[in-house]
This record gives sequence, C-alpha cells and structure tokens, in this order.
Amino acid sequence: MIVQLEHISKTYQSPDSEIAALEDISFGIREGEFVSLVGPSGCGKSTLLSIVAGLEAPSDGIIRVDGEEVRGVSRKIGYMPQKDQLFAWRSIWDNVTLGLEIQHQKDKKHIRSVEMLLERYGLKEFAQYAPGQLSGGMRQRCALIRTLATDPRILLLDEPFSALDYQMRLAVSDDIYAIIRREGKTALLVTHDIAESVSMSDRVVVLSSRPGRVKNVHDLSALAGLAPMERRDHPLFHQFFNEIWKELEISA
Amino acid sequence: MPEESVAISQERKKYLFYRRCTRRAVLAAQLLLLIGFFALWEIAARREWIDDFIMSSPSRILKTFENLYASGDLFRHLGVSCLETVAGFTLGTVVGTLAAVMLWWSPTLARILDPYLVVLNSLPKTALGPVFIVWIGAGPASIIAMTLAISLIVTILEVYNGFQGVDRGKMNLMKTLGATRAQTLLKLVIPANLPTFINALKVNVGLSWVGVIMGEFLVSRAGLGYLIVYGSQVFKMDLVMATVILLLIAAAAMYQGVLLLEKALKKHLGVSV
Repeated sequence: MIVQLEHISKTYQSPDSEIAALEDISFGIREGEFVSLVGPSGCGKSTLLSIVAGLEAPSDGIIRVDGEEVRGVSRKIGYMPQKDQLFAWRSIWDNVTLGLEIQHQKDKKHIRSVEMLLERYGLKEFAQYAPGQLSGGMRQRCALIRTLATDPRILLLDEPFSALDYQMRLAVSDDIYAIIRREGKTALLVTHDIAESVSMSDRVVVLSSRPGRVKNVHDLSALAGLAPMERRDHPLFHQFFNEIWKELEISA
Repeated sequence: MPEESVAISQERKKYLFYRRCTRRAVLAAQLLLLIGFFALWEIAARREWIDDFIMSSPSRILKTFENLYASGDLFRHLGVSCLETVAGFTLGTVVGTLAAVMLWWSPTLARILDPYLVVLNSLPKTALGPVFIVWIGAGPASIIAMTLAISLIVTILEVYNGFQGVDRGKMNLMKTLGATRAQTLLKLVIPANLPTFINALKVNVGLSWVGVIMGEFLVSRAGLGYLIVYGSQVFKMDLVMATVILLLIAAAAMYQGVLLLEKALKKHLGVSV
C-alpha cells in the first residue's frame, strides 16, 4: 500500500460546539491504483482529501505515504484543486512550471519533462498563451500538467470536473483519466458524481453522511482496462451505479 | 478592418451611424454646458447682475492667469502643490501596502490592531493638522504628513482586505506545492491584488489633494492652497477663482495619469485587471 489511512478522525471545534466530521476511517491505496471517494455532500470527503494532502491535521489517526507518516505537505503528493486555479497573470508555461519554481527545481531535466508533457498532450503551441485564451478542457489539462511537473507519485483530485458543464466533463474526465494512467500515477479522486466515480476508478470508497465513515468499498476490477466512456456503456456500469446510489441514501 | 469595406449589412450601418450620432450629441451637449456656464458668468458680470469684485468673471480670471504666468508664480505654486500631492499618494500607497503586508503576515498582529485601525479610520484626520505643525514644523514636511495621515489608514484597510480576499483554492494550491509565506506573497497575493493597488492609488490621488490643500491652508508660503488663502485674505477673488480652476485641471490630469498607468499595466500583463 502506497497510501495507508489508519483510524482517521476529524473533529472541528467552535466556541459553541464541536462537530465530528470524520470518524475512524481506514483504507489503503495500492501503487498505480485509482480510488474514488464518494459520499453525500457535507460528509467530509474534501476534508479527508485535505488531510491526506497535509493541509489539515487529523484529530486522531495516522496517514502513511510510502510507509512514512504524513506531517504537513509532502512532495510525494500532488494536489489538483476544484477549478483549474491557473493564475491569469502568468502564461501557460509559467503556470505549469509554478511548482518547480517554488521548489527551486527549474533545472534542465525538469524543464525538459514539462516540455514533453505539454507536447504529448497537445499544449506545446499554447505555452505562451494566457490562461483566459484556452478552453475549459485545455485549462484542466494544464492544471494536471502543473501537478505532474513536480513528479509526485500520488495525485489527489478534489472534484476537478465540478466546474465544467456536462459535455465538457465527460470529455475532460476521459482525457485526464488517460493522462493519469499513462503517467502511471496513483490517484485519489473526491467526487459527488457516482457515474464519474464508477467510470474512472479501480475501487470506490463510499462514505456515510456526517460524521463520515467508510460505509462500503466497491471493487470495480470487472471494468478494468476500459476507458471511462466505454465503461458508461458497459452492462455492469448501472449495477455498480445503483448499488452506490442506494448506499448514499439521498433523499430529495 | 478590411472586412468592413467588403460586406457590411444595412443594419450594422444603421447601428454605427446611430452610435456616432449619439456620441457626438453627448459631446456637443457637454461642451455647450461648459461654454454656456462661462458665457453666462461673463455676461452676468458685464451686465452687473452680479458683483464681479466678489464673484469674479471669466475674463478677470484669464487676466489673473496671464499675470501669474508672466511673474513665473503660476508654475512655482502649481509645481509645489503637485510635488506634495505626488509625494503624499506615493508614500500613502507604499507605506499602506507595507503595513498591509505585515498584517497579512501575522494574523495575530492583525487581530490585535483591528480596533485601533477602525477607530483611527473614523477620526477626521484634518484634526491632526495643528499637531503635525507643532511636531514637524510649518513646512512641506507637515503638509506631506497631513496627506499621509489622510490616506494611510484607508489604504491599509483596503489592501489588507484585498489580501484576505485571495481565493482559498489558490492559497491551498500554493501550500500543496510547498510554497513559503514569502513565495505565496510574491507569486500569488501581490499579483492577484494589482486591481486593489490601482484602486488604492485612485482613491489616494483624491485624498492627497485634500491633505495638500488642507496643509497649505494651515502652514505654507507656496502652493495652490496658499494662493487660495492669500487671495481670500486680501480679497482678490479673481486669484481665488483662478486657483480653484487650476486645481481642478491639475487634479483631473493626475487622475487621468493613474488611469493611463492602469491601462499600461493591463496591457503589459495581458489580463483584465
């Protein structure tokens, strides 16, 4: 297991009360695996991702990455935020190399690898463009390359497609999925979209409503090797979808 | 545009025509208002509907300008006031921004100082004029201190507010990339707040003029504020009116300067600031 969560709990304190956000969460992610985290809104799934990213400390429990306990931000982990968060005042090139710049790693080897990523994913000729000149899908690809540039082993994706409209979302998730697989990264995706989780992951971890606990873990190896779009047409897709749907107990 | 000469629809022609007409009509009305105002003033003075010794008149103001120009006083006074104003708003913006950076750097400091900033912000700063004169002396330094007092607190509050308003997602992104506080400041918070700086500068240009004129009323021997006070004391209303008009032009020119700076920055950065 490259990532191991052991009995993670998180409680938020406020002057009037304390709120239990997460309770006793344990699961692991294997190297190269794509795991999704789904749950009803407010179940603490984004909080859990922040904890894995080292942005927040858990109230209780331990997270190990590569056997090492996570305390604060780690270079082994790349974080892809909601929305692309490209800086409008920087060119695409300066955006995708932001991480290298911050970590003082703008050497020949890293520059070359970013150039290759841009080339491989059709963004080479847009390097000097401003982010505003690119389409939503291309911007999302740039955001992923920015995350890949520092060569993390694990990618954390915090609802990265939620800001896109439906058509764009399908295309971009296909695109991002292919890139992550091709680069051989381990990924943890947070989403509230069941179809998205079933179409992309090897396993789906379902959280209960607040305080979030692991309700079930679905193994989707029956769908392995299929691209997200192909999975959506697979007969098993709806079976998984319905199982997860029932577990989420969404009541309108 | 070459396309325009090729095929331009009747509707577009109409649209462009009306657009041009409206713009010209508005400009004409604006000019008419200006000319009408001065013409009415002049006529009223000549027909003795008003007393031009008290109310002055455009022709007398023009004569005053000629005299001021001939004696070399025009540019001396204008220069002194402009210099003080530029010094005032530059200092106000720079010092205010530095203070805002300190508050952003230390949230604890920001919490501690919060009530003091609020109280100081509500204090009418002109009340401090006499204090500065006693402390710093009756000279340009006091005048600049006055303008600084007026613009500083507003700048701190506005810039700090802008710093606080930086998107949380972007802040988290910087954190996960391992950015230090200084890197976050330089690579994210400051560039993201260029519009805030421009706004602060715009406000400070106006406030600095208030500070400079106030200060010159109190202490100086040169500058537009001095001319106004001197003119009123010796009852030369022509001088007072001429100076007010000069002030109007100088302040407008400076504001336009900031707008040009904003435009240049936008162009340079290639983004909508």
